[in-house]
Amino acid sequence: MRKIFDLVANNAVPAVFIIISAFAIPLSGYSASYLIQELLTRIGRNSFLILSLLIPIMAGMGLNFGMVLGAMAGQIGLLFICDWGVVGIPGMVLACLIGTPIAIVLGIFCGHVLNRAKGREMVTSYILGFFINGVYQMTVLYLMGWVIPITNPALLLSRGYGVRNAVSLLGIRGVLDNLIPTIITGTQGAGQFLSVNGAKSYILMQIPFLEGAIRIPLATLVVIALFCVFIVWFRKTKLGQDMRAIGQSQSVADSSGIPVNRTRIIAIVISTVLACYGQIIYLQNMGTLNTYNSHDQTGMFSIAALLIGGASVSRATIANVFAGVILFHLMFIVAPVAGKNLIGDAQIGEYFRVFVSYGIIAISLVLHAWRRNREREAARRSLRGNKGGE
Amino acid sequence: MSEGNTPLLRLDHIGKEFYGNRVLSDISFDINAGEIIGLVGENGAGKSTLLNILFGMPVISSTGGHEGKIQIDGRNVNFTSPNQALAHGIGMVHQEFSLIPGFTAAENILLNREVLNGSSMSYLFSDRVSTLNRTAMNERARAAINTLGVNISPYMSVSEMPVGYKQFIEIAREIDRKNTRLLFLDEPTAVLAESEAEILIAALKKLARSGIAIVFISHRLSEVKELCHRILVLRDGRLITDRPADELTTRQIASLMVGRQSSSVDLEKHEIPEEIPAEPETADSVLASPKKKKKIRPALKVEHLWVDMPGETVRDVSFEVKKGEIFGIGGLAGHGKLGIPNGIMGLYPAGGTVRLFGRKLTLNKPRAALGRKMAFVSEDRRGVGLLLDEPLDWNITFTAMQTQGRFLLGIPYIFQVRNEHAMRREARKFIDSLSIKCTGPGQLAGELSGGNQQKVCLAKAFVLRPNILLICEPTRGIDIGAKSLVLDTLKEYNRENGTTIIITSSELEELRSVCNRVAIVDEGKIAGILPASSPAEDFGMLMMGQTRHDEEGEESA
Repeated sequence: MRKIFDLVANNAVPAVFIIISAFAIPLSGYSASYLIQELLTRIGRNSFLILSLLIPIMAGMGLNFGMVLGAMAGQIGLLFICDWGVVGIPGMVLACLIGTPIAIVLGIFCGHVLNRAKGREMVTSYILGFFINGVYQMTVLYLMGWVIPITNPALLLSRGYGVRNAVSLLGIRGVLDNLIPTIITGTQGAGQFLSVNGAKSYILMQIPFLEGAIRIPLATLVVIALFCVFIVWFRKTKLGQDMRAIGQSQSVADSSGIPVNRTRIIAIVISTVLACYGQIIYLQNMGTLNTYNSHDQTGMFSIAALLIGGASVSRATIANVFAGVILFHLMFIVAPVAGKNLIGDAQIGEYFRVFVSYGIIAISLVLHAWRRNREREAARRSLRGNKGGE
Repeated sequence: MSEGNTPLLRLDHIGKEFYGNRVLSDISFDINAGEIIGLVGENGAGKSTLLNILFGMPVISSTGGHEGKIQIDGRNVNFTSPNQALAHGIGMVHQEFSLIPGFTAAENILLNREVLNGSSMSYLFSDRVSTLNRTAMNERARAAINTLGVNISPYMSVSEMPVGYKQFIEIAREIDRKNTRLLFLDEPTAVLAESEAEILIAALKKLARSGIAIVFISHRLSEVKELCHRILVLRDGRLITDRPADELTTRQIASLMVGRQSSSVDLEKHEIPEEIPAEPETADSVLASPKKKKKIRPALKVEHLWVDMPGETVRDVSFEVKKGEIFGIGGLAGHGKLGIPNGIMGLYPAGGTVRLFGRKLTLNKPRAALGRKMAFVSEDRRGVGLLLDEPLDWNITFTAMQTQGRFLLGIPYIFQVRNEHAMRREARKFIDSLSIKCTGPGQLAGELSGGNQQKVCLAKAFVLRPNILLICEPTRGIDIGAKSLVLDTLKEYNRENGTTIIITSSELEELRSVCNRVAIVDEGKIAGILPASSPAEDFGMLMMGQTRHDEEGEESA
């Protein structure tokens, strides 16, 4: 009985999403190939960002709302390459190179702050995100073009300093996604889709009964796969083991000589740097940078997706990441159309997805607190040797 | 033991003062390889200070170091951090488990000493990026567990282990350190069932035969006697006895620990109020049947009480307190004596039945307990007992105002304001009668000295006009003069108002001087209830978990 209850409590969130999607997909009227195409695009776009959350969870620091710090670092890198006109893969690599040191500095800062707020990491990193956002806005809005040299007039506001709200990333748009152009087609009409963006595409495979064609962001998926391998390897290292130990009991880890504070800072730095790369990958797919808003929702949506994938504040796996991306974005895709077809208003879908993101985060925080209380009670009871009932 | 050889560890005239307060003086003894030493003593006898010195805890060096010399293999050492002690082969197993629940036995045993695969990355960064060699880790863990002669799988998760296994894992962790030669075990059997404790003792004997010296700290004297070769008794910071275990009986050890003669207690203080039939209770009759049939309904009857108070767990406690009695609850720290009053008052999750003058009390609701005219003086004076940033008159009248609606003007439930005048008058009354040293009822409670704060706590309880008064550690942290004043106040209050008082204290002498009867709590259970006039060593025996049964068995053997 207890086990069944735990099973339901642990998987309630993904289950609800599967049920909603099961109703919404037929209502939306989208074809399978369209849905698969959209999902693949979004897996490529978002997975890296979400994966960057895993390591702090392992180290017991909860959901790293501070990942927006990394996202901002990535955007700074992108602004520079736009100004310098470096395009293509070299542009992306250069953006990463510029973003990395900024992300490391921000990560170290964030780690030090969080070490002073143990047990309240999530709310602290959330508010820290707002604070660094202020610094970022000041840098981009006032310092760029004035103190920090930005010469490209297409980037600057007409007053001569400060970056425009929308920056086109045409130079690197889709470069990683289309690095190895690949499509899957149905058996009919294969010839129509052989060129994508003017480049020759390889047909990966042909699946009978599939209508239309699906473009695969193969290079992006390879990068994400490499990242997953990195995480699997990282868990096996001494550093990963230390983080797991700290995640479960800081005091025990400390008394056995593991440098707790230092290790926690390393966890946050890794997360921040990876979030920086994740944001660059995300924006190369989107093709435009909303200078002042792009990073805003990054943390919130990544965390919501991870939680929807069945992760909790203290436990998250790679499988949770992908389950989360698929379920969360499936909902994003179908909900507006389903809402429109059902009620005649597309806004209901948009409303629903924002409502759901915040709602899911709230629910999992409450579940986490509730579960922790129960564990604490059980621990207390075990001290008594389970005598005395209740 | 082996004369002429250099002992493994030699302590030479070790002493320690904390801010002019002497806690250890002139401790000298040797420990040889393979020897098991039993270290016993009451709370505050200096055991933990001695361990802290030997283990190089920062608390020692930061308070001016210690006196005397420590020698290992004949060479002087002076540890300033636990890591140095570890490097010299001194291992320590604490009373609380320091294991990571989600890890396996092997992961815990090798925590932060994992076996690593070599990696080219480790040259670039540090060893921490090398992967773990799990096969080798499990092998090493298995070897350490086998040394103890028990069979635990290295793959087993600690969270799924019975308590006894966890203790073995802790010890295996110390053994795995290659150089461990001296192992300190601080009450390792406290959390174990009897059968588990037996396995542990067998394992420790096996360990000692392999040449590791063991210092075993326990309050279970029968275990100490069975396991150890030599027994050291500490009392008031001095080494009282250092003798082979065969030469001592548990009764002798207990009386050495307590150390005082019963004649030292002022028997004049044992006037029993008239309400109580002054029946001569012998130690035997009480121990044989703690529950007795009474004609008079008891003021407080506690049956199978359990309390989840962290660090003071109460497992199964039953006792009765007669009306007008001063009842003492004593015992070693951490055995649950503080849990009993805190549980009855509803401050920690509790279960069982508590009857107040025959009527059942709702547990887990402080309001219910207060509503039944019980008053409580907490051991946590500054945290629970007082509103430190509020004036004295507020502190004294606060509980009465909240629970009994006194010191208020206006219409109840509609509109009420504080009756400042009445509050101040009440506070003045107590400031005079308890001679609280303060500038007046307006002074903040946080500004008073410990003894005067305690008097304020008492006043706060007296204002409630309680039928039953529960007091925890009435004299903790206050100076001697204030101590006797507090105790006299309690006795006087009991005599004048016939209030039933239950005092919980770590100081046995204090309880014996004030109370009619004293219950001794051991491992969350009542070990026995004795009249205060019983000899001190009887109390000592109860505290050391020595039941009459054990003792008879030992003496007949």
